[in-house]
Amino acid sequence: MKMTGSEETLLPVSSDQDIIRARQKGRDLAAWADFTVVDQTLIATAISEIARNIVIYARRGTIVLTIEEESDRLGLVVIARDEGPGIRDVTQALRNHYTTSRGLGMGLPGARRVMDDFAIESKLGEGTRITMKKWRTKHLPVTDVTPP
Amino acid sequence: MSVPLIEHDRYLLVPIQSGLTDGELSELHAALLRWVTEQHPRGVVIDVALLDVLDAYAVRTLSDVGHWTRLCGAPTVIVGIRSELAQAMDRFGLAFQEVATAPNWAEGLKVLAGST
Repeated sequence: MKMTGSEETLLPVSSDQDIIRARQKGRDLAAWADFTVVDQTLIATAISEIARNIVIYARRGTIVLTIEEESDRLGLVVIARDEGPGIRDVTQALRNHYTTSRGLGMGLPGARRVMDDFAIESKLGEGTRITMKKWRTKHLPVTDVTPP
Repeated sequence: MSVPLIEHDRYLLVPIQSGLTDGELSELHAALLRWVTEQHPRGVVIDVALLDVLDAYAVRTLSDVGHWTRLCGAPTVIVGIRSELAQAMDRFGLAFQEVATAPNWAEGLKVLAGST
């Protein structure tokens, strides 16, 4: 998989098959970007939770995966968008064990806990946008390592 | 559904083959409860080694399977949890309820043999 910071993967999310596809794409991208296997799993699981939220609450939406590069670190960015009903009380939705539908409300607090950056913008009747990022420090290029 | 149900020495062995959709997890839940109430196995061993993710829905569904099979006299043991999935569950604050865990089939069967 060839991917630079400017390219992004856009994934439609409207079924439980899409939830699996989105989390697998997320894991693939995290593996490609050289995140640890544990981080790959955390990212895939967080994507699974927010994708499920889209299917349950908004019925359809999109997830965009991209890599963000800074001078000393590299981030995997997940942006989930939907035009669903919106979240009435974001603070409440981020509380553990809060749920309004089918008892599945563990998703948001869990995803927030494991990702490094996590932001929700939501407007009632207009939709929700969740941006979450996982960072890793850049490996030193081999040429920079001076032998003792 | 893509999950085979295998009877072995009156135990039910359930090797999950890949990541399951929520729908497939619910089907598995229903199929296991049907099997346990009709066939009366001594216990159930579910292998999750090939599962890609153990998220809230999967952990809940498997815990619920454990709850019902235990009520029917057939405890459930989950085997093959990879270390990265265990670490992810922990970071997400998720834990199995009402199921025992073991590293592999053989150990899972030992747990069940010891519990009856």
